[in-house]
Amino acid sequence: MGDNILEMRRITKTFPGVAALQDVSLAVARGEIHAICGENGAGKSTLMKVLSGVYPAGSYEGEILLDGKPVDFRGIRDSEGHGIVIIHQELALVPYLSIAENIFLGNERRGRSGLIDWNRTNADAAELLASVGLHENPVTPVVQLGVGKQQLVEIAKALSKRVKLLILDEPTAALNDLDSAHLLNLMRRLREQGITCIMISHKLNEITSIADSTTVLRDGRTVERLDMRAGEVTQDRIIRGMVGRDLDSFYPDRVSTPGEEVLRIEDWTVRHPTQDRLVVDGASLDVRAGEVVGIAGLMGAGRTELAMSVFGRSYGRDITGRLYMHGREVKARSVAEAIGNGIAYATEDRKRFGLNLIDNIRSNVSSAGLRKLARFGWVHDNEETRVAEASRRDMNIKAPSVMSVVGKLSGGNQQKVVLSKWLFTDPDVLILDEPTRGIDVGAKFEIYTIINRLVADGKAVIIISSELPELLGMCDRIYTLSAGRITGVVPVGEATQEKLMELMAKDKEPAR
Amino acid sequence: MTSTKPSSGAQTKPAESAPAAALHVGTSDPRALILNNLRQSGIFVALVVIVALFAFLTDGLSLSPGNITNIVLQYSYILVLAIGMVIVIIGGHIDLSVGSVVALTGAVSAVVVIRQGQPWWVGVLAAVAVGLAVGAWHGFWVAYVGIPAFIVTLAGMLLFRGLTLRVLDNISLSPFPAEYNKIAAGFLNGLIGGDGYDAFTLLIGAIAVAGYVVSCFRTRVARIRYQQPVESFALFVARMALVGAVVMWFAWQLAHARGLPIVLIILAALVLVYGLLTRRTVFGRQVYAIGGNLSAAMLSGVKVKTVNFWIFVNMGFLSAIAGIIFSSRSNGAQPAAGNMFELDAIAAAFIGGAAVTGGVGTVVGAMVGGLIMAVMSNGMQLMGVDQSLQSVVKGLVLLVAVAFDVYNKRRLGASR
Repeated sequence: MGDNILEMRRITKTFPGVAALQDVSLAVARGEIHAICGENGAGKSTLMKVLSGVYPAGSYEGEILLDGKPVDFRGIRDSEGHGIVIIHQELALVPYLSIAENIFLGNERRGRSGLIDWNRTNADAAELLASVGLHENPVTPVVQLGVGKQQLVEIAKALSKRVKLLILDEPTAALNDLDSAHLLNLMRRLREQGITCIMISHKLNEITSIADSTTVLRDGRTVERLDMRAGEVTQDRIIRGMVGRDLDSFYPDRVSTPGEEVLRIEDWTVRHPTQDRLVVDGASLDVRAGEVVGIAGLMGAGRTELAMSVFGRSYGRDITGRLYMHGREVKARSVAEAIGNGIAYATEDRKRFGLNLIDNIRSNVSSAGLRKLARFGWVHDNEETRVAEASRRDMNIKAPSVMSVVGKLSGGNQQKVVLSKWLFTDPDVLILDEPTRGIDVGAKFEIYTIINRLVADGKAVIIISSELPELLGMCDRIYTLSAGRITGVVPVGEATQEKLMELMAKDKEPAR
Repeated sequence: MTSTKPSSGAQTKPAESAPAAALHVGTSDPRALILNNLRQSGIFVALVVIVALFAFLTDGLSLSPGNITNIVLQYSYILVLAIGMVIVIIGGHIDLSVGSVVALTGAVSAVVVIRQGQPWWVGVLAAVAVGLAVGAWHGFWVAYVGIPAFIVTLAGMLLFRGLTLRVLDNISLSPFPAEYNKIAAGFLNGLIGGDGYDAFTLLIGAIAVAGYVVSCFRTRVARIRYQQPVESFALFVARMALVGAVVMWFAWQLAHARGLPIVLIILAALVLVYGLLTRRTVFGRQVYAIGGNLSAAMLSGVKVKTVNFWIFVNMGFLSAIAGIIFSSRSNGAQPAAGNMFELDAIAAAFIGGAAVTGGVGTVVGAMVGGLIMAVMSNGMQLMGVDQSLQSVVKGLVLLVAVAFDVYNKRRLGASR
């Protein structure tokens, strides 16, 4: 294959119980832009963490060849010493330090006395900023810059480390169109200067326009390596590689009998809480009793933000649009009002937002519906125990007693506690955000069975999931979300992963 | 599960009523009981050890009737503050201002009663009103403006100390009329006679024990009715007997000194009310939820701002109670009153098992923590230990207690 700057051979990385990477190989030619794509959870980020030494040598199997020579990285500093720099999706800048201080953080420009030479620091920073096309004073605090400019500071920081191989993880996910275009141009310029780039991206249009070659990962394995230079590889071709598998058959059967409309939103628009951009842009959707509706979207598409803004405006600002429950417009201005209107939302991050990990099952189950157990503010605690016991039995929560601390339960059992908590509020519609994330297969099946039981009882369910097979296996209809807009709604009978992926990757539609 | 399962052993017979069953069912696996209550029981053990240690070091002087009465009178206001403080800490906050608020409420009361000659109860009401206002002030900034309680109450500490100086015109006011002085220095004594001891104190002690036993038994019956695990009847009886003996011995000692201190009645009522408030009310539960995981509480519909506001209003109220007790006991108001009280109250809560990160802690724990501090200070005073060394010992005890808590948490985390 000629001159490869990097070869990763037969990399296998396992976490307890899960093989994140199996025999993955990656070859990157010198001076090219190499894209890595795959669904969420395909192993892209894990592979990059192996490469950059976040997972040190010895914690994985396989070998890494840099410039043809085997290397063992023990940490990030080690890989940076070899000219490999990774820029993560969540930027790692210190907000209240200046641009120059951030660029040289941990790599300070010092004078002969050992003190920092500020003149050289700022002068060198200015030079680096010019090379990435950022016209800002190096002493400006980073917090004053937008995300796009912060991204450029990260790249300048990478250049200061004499980078040979630059890895960008979802570089444009948080950027607007203009900043994205600017960043892609910068990547082309870096390529001309001989810097090799690896780019992880969900945005297939960007990949087809900029990448020289693409490696597709699926379920922790390399599927194929595509040469993009001839321009014959289309987005559809990449999608086929990403999803090409059969729908797993472990979704329990359900007879679908949708009834009356339960929840409907119209023209729902949400602004980012701190930045000046729309996170949800004019979204409309509805769900009926006895129906499971899915929301598919790539990372950063605004799925969680949409759900949380509907759930008592718990995310975002300047929320506009109309919310109807059972055909009547309601104003759910707080979480308590949303719960009162029969909406429940189980968060995607149950540890951070869903559970009080240091408290017991009983308190967690009752926490959202505590008033139902209380008279004049006094909690009937034996009744509370009974309710929690009933949940433990119905949901098959594996714990010695309802007084067990939730933090000690497995992920699947924690998720069942979350579901119990919301079912106790007796909602009409349940919004389940990544209901099976981080849960083993057996518990997943149990969760699916519970969802089907709820729907059979006439509840409406909205599932947000990154796993398309899950949506295809569970839902009656699937909405696709891209950059905060609903780009389509597909009945499950007509839906394929390819079709959904196409809608999910669809950019803002041109003005009609 | 049905309640009519055919049982082979002596577990639960189907026809039996819960009260009857309460006399013999239950398990007493001591290992499980101790492990489940390590955090709580550890603190009780520590208290017993410290009490025994000082009884030994002072030749039993620390357990004499007169000294026990003294401990109650001397530390009751710290314990009152610790009740409010543990709730603040469970909610994930801190209150550094309580010492200043004690001074301010006492000063206002003194001005109303001593300088303006109003009856004693007007002074009490004025102090409570000021305490509530201070609490609302703190609550407003913490809950609605979103400023960390550390800053708000640090500002409050300076602010209300300054206001105290203003109110008192920089001078001490004393003495209070006898009625006011009785609140903290008074005793209920000789109401029903007794020869060389106060029978009334013993009667109140007996009523307290009887009330405790009845309520524990009712809880036990209810738990059995709801098919919850309970301890064995023998263990239950042993526990009741132990608590009863301690309370009656305590009452006996008080009866042989000056009788039942009025502050003890106030304190007991507060412990009872706030013990129930934290465990059994929606408000109390929401405080734990907020401290345990703020985001999860918010997304469960808890009105976080409202709850935080009332946490501080409550702290202000209890600071006023402590201020009244302190001014009554010192029979006047001084500009420097209540200095460092906040630190004793915070220490009591943490020694009593409250977690620095919030979400964990109990009123009873804070009381035991406060008693540990009280017994230690009192014991060292009896022994004539130098003030400087007392401070060193108290500091080390606080550090060790919290280190134990952190260690405990890590151990729990590791066993996941």
